Amino acid sequence: MDFSIEHLARLARLALTEEEKPLYRDQLVNILRYMETLNELDTAGIEPTSHVISICNVLREDSARTSLSREDALGNAPDRTEAFYRVPKIIE
Amino acid sequence: MDLYRLGISEISARIEKREISSREVTASVFSRIGSVEDRIRSFVTLTGDQAMDMAEKADREIVSGKRSTLSGIPVAVKDNMCTKGIPTTCSSKILQGFIPPYESTVTSKLLEQGYVLTGKTNLDEFAMGSSTENSGFFTTRNPWDTERIPGGSSGGSAAAVAADECIAALGSDTGGSIRQPAALCGVVGMKPTYGRISRYGLIAFASSLDQIGPITKNVRDCAVLLNVIAGRDPLDSTSAPVAVPDFTAGIGKEIKGLKIGIPKEYFIAGMDPEVEKAVRNAILQYASLGAIPVDVSLPHSGYAVATYYVLATSEASSNLARYDGVKYGFRAEGKDLIDMYMQSRAQGFGAEVKRRIMLGTYTLSSGYYDAYYKKAQQVRTLIKKDFENAFKTVDVILTPTTPTAAFRMGEKTADPLQMYLADIFTISVNLAGVPGISIPCGFTSGNLPLGLQLIGKHFDEETLLRAAFAYEQSTDWHRRKPNL
Repeated sequence: MDFSIEHLARLARLALTEEEKPLYRDQLVNILRYMETLNELDTAGIEPTSHVISICNVLREDSARTSLSREDALGNAPDRTEAFYRVPKIIE
Repeated sequence: MDLYRLGISEISARIEKREISSREVTASVFSRIGSVEDRIRSFVTLTGDQAMDMAEKADREIVSGKRSTLSGIPVAVKDNMCTKGIPTTCSSKILQGFIPPYESTVTSKLLEQGYVLTGKTNLDEFAMGSSTENSGFFTTRNPWDTERIPGGSSGGSAAAVAADECIAALGSDTGGSIRQPAALCGVVGMKPTYGRISRYGLIAFASSLDQIGPITKNVRDCAVLLNVIAGRDPLDSTSAPVAVPDFTAGIGKEIKGLKIGIPKEYFIAGMDPEVEKAVRNAILQYASLGAIPVDVSLPHSGYAVATYYVLATSEASSNLARYDGVKYGFRAEGKDLIDMYMQSRAQGFGAEVKRRIMLGTYTLSSGYYDAYYKKAQQVRTLIKKDFENAFKTVDVILTPTTPTAAFRMGEKTADPLQMYLADIFTISVNLAGVPGISIPCGFTSGNLPLGLQLIGKHFDEETLLRAAFAYEQSTDWHRRKPNL
């Protein structure tokens, strides 16, 4: 299995230190090899299970109801201004 | 008699007769917490002042005739269930300072009953682990031997029940996180059928596997607590529209003729001899109670751990994408927005969580999806069918809950895969979505508790509880207490 730990960490939005990269890479390779024992099984034609009980398309009336207030929704933000979350500048 | 030692049913009966008040029970529990918590460390947050207010409120309601089964009963809640106005951390630095603006459905139901919250219990960060050693804050100790782990991820809840720091507790179970610590701490823990209990307000780890359940001092209390928290919830579309029976109804009924499946894949050469002996003795005990042991096979059991770690890490990588340092919790400085995300997540998450997010990112990534995720979903179908086939001939299945008794702190932290294998006997139950319960079934020569797992058909918790109660009442394992 061939992958770049830098690329994977970036996809996962995780900054890794230089010391962490080889350590995580080795651990992930070890665990992925273990996962590959599933290839011993022939699963051709077997339906995948994404959900164990037979519920699908749960519908409800599209009616308005109360939700969190703006203050409650913003109350845990690490940084905010007025009614907005404040984040580092996005557009150059 | 020290009130903190009692279970729900005993306290509820004495409150009903007005022999004791909730304030007395709550004060007794907090005095116990005061004398043992520095050695056990079950709690991330203790809610002492609020608890006394809740107890006073319960006492007023009891006097005015509005008593429910859980009125005034001190219950501990795993710190991954949202409690409005009370910090909820998932034992993660990334949720540092997070105070939920809403209440989870399970704790709403406890509130309606007039329960008393003793505090929020420690867990492996985001419920990822089997020992609480992955907690971002500290490791909880096993009350039977404080050099050992209590199991996990609901280790704080199981230790709190075993150490009598609460009357009962709630945990959550994704791959064994209720049953494994219950076994290692010598208490009762149930993972109900997937869909039996609303997950609204349970902070998501792996949504197709996560389920909330009771951790209690005895089987009857498990049924009592399940009665309160079960049921369909419009706020969780995966909660099942299935009628909720009175789970205490079957308690005390005989088990003559009950067919108990013994899966050969769970009794293998090289298994821990003390675990094997305790579980074999339990099978004999069941036979003496009139149950009929039947050999069954769950042929894909050997693939359960690999299947689980593909599916659970995939779901986790998606669920944990929400922690971005913007909406709540911890934020680190970054030179731009992406860098802020990457630094916040790097500093906020612990090593095991990062490992699982990266694993899940890999298994879901373009080009690998079919090889890992789809493949694991197909094997999940095979594992589910194993149970369907076995339940054509038996009513319940009996296995050890864990491969060994509680291990020492640090014993399995060096190799993540070794830690994953601690859940080898509990994981299939989550993959199949069936209910499972762990009950005490003996002690090692070193006086460490061992657990027996009973597995049932979908939505047949009643039979599980009936079978568990019959065994419990014929033994005295559940009456033993750690020497603290």
